[in-house]
Amino acid sequence: MNRRVRLVLLMPSLAAILGVLLWGYTGLPNFGTTISSYGQFIDRVAEPQRHVTNLVSAVMFDYRGIDTLVEEFILFASVMGVALLLRSSREVAEQRPRDVVTSDAVRTAGSALAPVMLLFGLWIIAFGYVTPGGGFQGGVAASAGALLLWLAGSYRTLRDLSPTFLVDAAEGLGAASYIGIGLLGLAAGSPFLYNTIPLGTAGTLASGGTIAALNWVAGIEVAAAFVLIYHEFLEEYIQTFTYTKADQ
Amino acid sequence: MTYYPFVVAAVLFVAGLYGAITSRSYVHLAVCLTVMQASTYVLLLAIGYLRGAAPPITQGQLPGTRLVDPVVQALTLTDIVVSVVVLALILSLAVQAHRRAGTVDPDKLRRIRG
Repeated sequence: MNRRVRLVLLMPSLAAILGVLLWGYTGLPNFGTTISSYGQFIDRVAEPQRHVTNLVSAVMFDYRGIDTLVEEFILFASVMGVALLLRSSREVAEQRPRDVVTSDAVRTAGSALAPVMLLFGLWIIAFGYVTPGGGFQGGVAASAGALLLWLAGSYRTLRDLSPTFLVDAAEGLGAASYIGIGLLGLAAGSPFLYNTIPLGTAGTLASGGTIAALNWVAGIEVAAAFVLIYHEFLEEYIQTFTYTKADQ
Repeated sequence: MTYYPFVVAAVLFVAGLYGAITSRSYVHLAVCLTVMQASTYVLLLAIGYLRGAAPPITQGQLPGTRLVDPVVQALTLTDIVVSVVVLALILSLAVQAHRRAGTVDPDKLRRIRG
C-alpha cells in the first residue's frame, strides 16, 4: 500500500474517531461542576481514616495501592527492557569518552546544583504524604541530580558516583520492598497491602503508616530506574560522540 | 455547557494518532505516542476538576473545604510515569533498529529479514 492510499483511507477513519470521541465527551458532566463520588468519598474520609494530608498519596499508596504495585512493575519491566536491549548489543571495547567540560561556569554551577537537586528530590519524597509531592515526583527530581553530575563533570564521574550494581540493587530492592510491605498486611492477618503500621498524627512526618514506607520505596525505585535509563542512553550518546570525533 | 478541555483532549488524541500512523521514523512515532498520552492527562484532570475547589491537600485547609478529585490525579501520575518509561523503551528499540538496519523508517525496515 503506498503512502497516498494510506492517507486517503486514514482521513475518514480519523474524522470518525474524532466525531465519536467528541460525541462521547458531550455525555460527560460539564467541566468543573462535579467530581466522581469516589473522589468525593476519598476527599471526605482519607484524612480521618489514614492520617495523611496529601490525598493523592493516600490514593496512590493505600486505597489504590495494588494499582501502584502493578505500575511499579511496568516501570521495572520497561527499565529492564531498556537495559537488556542496549547493554547486550554494545561493543565491549571500552573507550575513553572525550566529553570533558571546558566551561568553568558550567562545571561550577553543575557541581553546586547536583547535591541541591538530590536534596530537593529527597525532600519531595520525605514530605510526599503531607504536602504536594510524593515518591514518584521526588524520585524523578533526585535522579536529575545524577544528570547534572554528567553535565558538570563527565560520563565517568556519573558512573563512578552511581555504580551500576548499586543502582541495579536499589531498583530491585525498591520493587521487592513494595511487595514486602504488602505482605506485612498478610502477616498481621489482614488483606495484602492493608495499612497495618500505626498511623501517627496527620500533618507530621510520622503519619500514614504504610503510606510513608511505600512512598519511600517508590521514590528509591523511581530514582534508580531513571538513573539507569540515563546511564544506558548516555552510554549510547558517548559512543557515537567518540566515533564522530574519531572520524573527523 | 463547557466542553472546552474535553475537545482539547479529543483533538490531541486524534493529532497524535495521525502522526503515529503517518510516521516515517520511530523517534517521531515515540513523540506522537507521547502526544496521544498527553490527551489522557488533559481528560483525566478535566474530569476531576471542580470550579473554585482547592487542591486535594488538606494540610493548611479549613475543614470542609471543597477539594478536587484526588483519584484522577493519582491516575494521571501513574499515566505520566508509565508514559516516560515506555518512551525510553521505544527509543531504545529505535537505537537497536538503527544499529542493526541503519534506518529508523518502519517502511524500510520491513524489507529486512532475519
